[in-house]
Amino acid sequence: MGEFKLKARQFDHLVKKYRKVPPVILGGDLSEKTSFASNQRILQINSGLDSYTGAFGKAQLIHLLKRTLIGISKPKIDAFAGQPLDAVLDQILRYDPNPDPPINNYNGIVDTPDPDVVAGESWVLAPYNVDYEGPRTVSLKAWHIRNILNQPPTIHEKMIFFWHNLLPVKMFDVFVGKMNYTYLQMLRENALGNYRTMIRKLTLDPAMLMFLNGASNNAEAPDENYARELQELFCIGKGLNANFTEGDVREAAKVLTGWTIAWNTVGGSGKPLSYFEPDLHDFSDKQFSAFYGNTVIPGTGAQELDQLLDMIFENQETAYYLARRLYNFFVYSDISAAAEANVIGPLAGLIRDNNYDILPAVRALLSSEHFYEAELMGASIKNPLDYLIGLWKAFGMPVENYGVEAFNQQTSMLWHMAELGLEIGDPPSVAGWPAYYQKPQYDKSWITTDSIVSRAQMGDSMIFWGFWIDENTREMADLIGFLEMLDDPGNPNAMIQEVSEQLLGITPSDNQITDIKSILLSGQENDYYWTSAWDNFQQDKGNQQLRAIVMTRLRPAIQRIMHLGENHLI
Amino acid sequence: MKRRSFLRHATHGVTIPSILSALGGTSAYGGSLERLLRLTNDTDKVLVLIYLNGGNDGLNTVVPLNDYSALNKVRPHVVMPENSLLSLPGENFAFHPALKNFKSLYLENRLQVIHSVGYPDQNFSHFRSTDIWMSASNSNELVTSGWGGRYLEALHPDYPDAYPTADFSDPLAIELGHGSSLLFQGSEAAMSMVINNPNDFYELVNNEEGEVPDSLAGQKLAYVNLIARQSQIYGDTVRAAAEKVTNQRDYPDDNYLANQLKIVSRLIAGGLRTPLYMVSIGGFDTHDAQVTQSNHTIGEHATLLEQLDTAVMAFMQDLEFLGLDDRVVGLTFSEFGRRIVSNASLGTDHGSAAPLFAFGNAVRGSSLGSVPNITGDETYEDNLPMQYDFRQVYRSLLHQWFDADSSTMNHATIREFDELPIIGNGVTTSTDRTTLDGLKIFPNPVSTFLQLTFTPDRGHLQIELFNLQGQKVKSLWNGYPNDFRFQESFNLADLQGGFYVLQILTGNKRQSVKILKQ
Repeated sequence: MGEFKLKARQFDHLVKKYRKVPPVILGGDLSEKTSFASNQRILQINSGLDSYTGAFGKAQLIHLLKRTLIGISKPKIDAFAGQPLDAVLDQILRYDPNPDPPINNYNGIVDTPDPDVVAGESWVLAPYNVDYEGPRTVSLKAWHIRNILNQPPTIHEKMIFFWHNLLPVKMFDVFVGKMNYTYLQMLRENALGNYRTMIRKLTLDPAMLMFLNGASNNAEAPDENYARELQELFCIGKGLNANFTEGDVREAAKVLTGWTIAWNTVGGSGKPLSYFEPDLHDFSDKQFSAFYGNTVIPGTGAQELDQLLDMIFENQETAYYLARRLYNFFVYSDISAAAEANVIGPLAGLIRDNNYDILPAVRALLSSEHFYEAELMGASIKNPLDYLIGLWKAFGMPVENYGVEAFNQQTSMLWHMAELGLEIGDPPSVAGWPAYYQKPQYDKSWITTDSIVSRAQMGDSMIFWGFWIDENTREMADLIGFLEMLDDPGNPNAMIQEVSEQLLGITPSDNQITDIKSILLSGQENDYYWTSAWDNFQQDKGNQQLRAIVMTRLRPAIQRIMHLGENHLI
Repeated sequence: MKRRSFLRHATHGVTIPSILSALGGTSAYGGSLERLLRLTNDTDKVLVLIYLNGGNDGLNTVVPLNDYSALNKVRPHVVMPENSLLSLPGENFAFHPALKNFKSLYLENRLQVIHSVGYPDQNFSHFRSTDIWMSASNSNELVTSGWGGRYLEALHPDYPDAYPTADFSDPLAIELGHGSSLLFQGSEAAMSMVINNPNDFYELVNNEEGEVPDSLAGQKLAYVNLIARQSQIYGDTVRAAAEKVTNQRDYPDDNYLANQLKIVSRLIAGGLRTPLYMVSIGGFDTHDAQVTQSNHTIGEHATLLEQLDTAVMAFMQDLEFLGLDDRVVGLTFSEFGRRIVSNASLGTDHGSAAPLFAFGNAVRGSSLGSVPNITGDETYEDNLPMQYDFRQVYRSLLHQWFDADSSTMNHATIREFDELPIIGNGVTTSTDRTTLDGLKIFPNPVSTFLQLTFTPDRGHLQIELFNLQGQKVKSLWNGYPNDFRFQESFNLADLQGGFYVLQILTGNKRQSVKILKQ
């Protein structure tokens, strides 16, 4: 991975100003070749991509929803309950409606209002203005989080995050709000579409042209940065059979010379665009290695791009790479030899058979017997989105959709998640978040002695003193409302089980359940005490004393559930 | 709590508390002798609250003897034969036969009975009444924090921001058993470290992994749990304290309360400065089978009291062994007592006032209040009237044991309550500092033998010698007076020359006298 010399360095002080939390630097070494997991328990899992024919009960439904949505809630579970897997997938594997673009709701964090964008109006076509690119980008990130908070029950937002992690820019490096918006929209519009189409658009995406120096890649001074990552991180990968050469990187860089940003569309009004500038193109013939069948791309100009992509997408490593990334993201961090043979191979075949349309492969994976292996359910660690937004949605906490309130709420969540190691829009590097590539830690890297304390404090704040939004605002979970959604909140056993199903990756042990129940019962032994406390309150909901009796036990009981290690599993 | 407590990448490094320098920084010479005498204990006093969960039957715990036939009449299903009770010389009440060690502690003036403690307008719901006892609210008042939490909050207003601090690196309170009670809830943050159960404690101390399922998810879980344990703000502190203590006295097996108290004693001995602990024992909700039909002295209640009795005695002996016996006071409490009239299922229903026990070398001993009066005409609805409000007990302990000032006490107990004399050598009222009858100290200055003569009060007598730094240099007497008129000579030949303070504790009185050794 090359050092990318930057661009927006002159804005570094602004980056610092808006990034209130330092990024987590865990370091990424992609040099090692993929080798198979040796974990004894994975080795015993031999199931493959064949359709799952077992019972599709509540446990399987919740597993599917947790892995495909970002946060679940009781109403969402209920909406799908009882439907067969195919019917659920029909509804989940859809695009969401396109959200209205982000607006100027950031005047509160700047000294003088944005002169080019009226408060409440969208800024995505506004001319570049160095003083407002930071706030606009923060506003974009808040908008991204708002879309996740408001997501219909589809896989769309999770796929956007999948692509953002796989094909990332760092927005504070790009530091042009509307370019970041165009990039994110490009991911959104192609999230369930065609991989090749996505890569083509990514190659010409202004933000990516800026982030990986494509814009300054020309015949005189070739810049290999994007050409390298195109192969190493975006398409071919570093699998056992991924043997592209340094020469291939050089030649691909030559193919891409001349594609650059239309700077007038950045400095002026309108959508940022890129274009092909023949004067900057290297018109020599490009000779690739045996890995690519010794392909030669003649120096003809703009159409070389499609020839390059054809060559890359004809190589089966590309399908294997995507299959592995999908598996790693949706199923399990490590890939066993059996999974490589029984899941990755067939999945890659499906991707190629469908000319890189990804939906058939995603559907096959999510309806495979492998995906519903009991052993793999709950065996991943929640990323900060799944953790924080998961709690937010489970508790039914309110979402602010308008104006400054929306900005404040979602930027607060942005920085909180940044503290947990995931600042949306700004992964630590072009490789994405280490949880999705850095072996042997993988998803364990979300959990550190700092992050686990922060996770606990954030959960506690929601139920005890209010999640910090801004100086004047804290958001409390409505635990009563949360319980009222459950099937049988007055029954401590049923209640603990249902809360556990929603929040925890696996069922807690009997001892843990006893502990939780003993909080709910204040140490009494008869379930009736909780039942009557709950029922009495339900019959007289205005009665503050009855409410306090319930809350005094409910809060620490929910806290105990949240403090279980199982709350970090998904 | 401020934003930085969320966005701070907390540095959980623990600094060594500088107890010594804190003490050294206090100018002992400038303070009064009274102040000086308390100095040794100022930072080290511990209160252990024992929650008898479910509502303890006070009338079968501390049994009134003034009209036993009346008691037989109204509680035929649970009352015990009078001759089975543990009588106390000169008292008109007796202990349940399971409380053998309590009797012995009582006779040593190391256990005090406080009769009929409750609150006006008794609430009979477990949950609500527990909340009232823990929050120190009025019966019909809604308070969502605990008195312990508010007390600690008054002393540590910035908690949990930046805690642990260099000045206070230990947990403010530790709660064992079912945990997370209202007791230690402050107005925002919970002030206690919760150790869910003894197993969790030993896992922490021994760095053991908890049980996880044998699965891929279990492997991830083990990792999360490992990091969680490493991140516990007070985990290292507690582990380090526990590791310092390798030898303790025996505690009874299969006794959940004893298991908890053993941990408390170990942590105190290991140097934790945590002032408040809560432990609990459940099962006191004895609606039925409180006693066996054929023998009312055995049954569920007797088993629980025996556990309480043996656990507390083991705790006291362990504290003595570890040299902590002067520093720890315990208090039992329960959300209510039980009904006067028993029911046919060999049990008792939810009641009101009940006796509490305070124990420890520092308590005054004996009893407070009068035994409940049973007439024999009580009906099912009748309950024991309270003599003392439970908040008087809290307040007395805060003042007399922790030397809390009135604003701190008011924060903790919400209102002002009259104090009760619970701590023997504590600061209570000026009447306690009257001169002992016929006190003679001769000679002063002294070179070899000091002769001491006075008329002691009934009960325990303690005579100690302190230096001007407040350190105890010699214990001259610890036990019962040898005679109606105390008269004894003590050899002080080995003492270095200088001023000393002689302190006499007898019954409810304390006397301090400065003496000069030549």
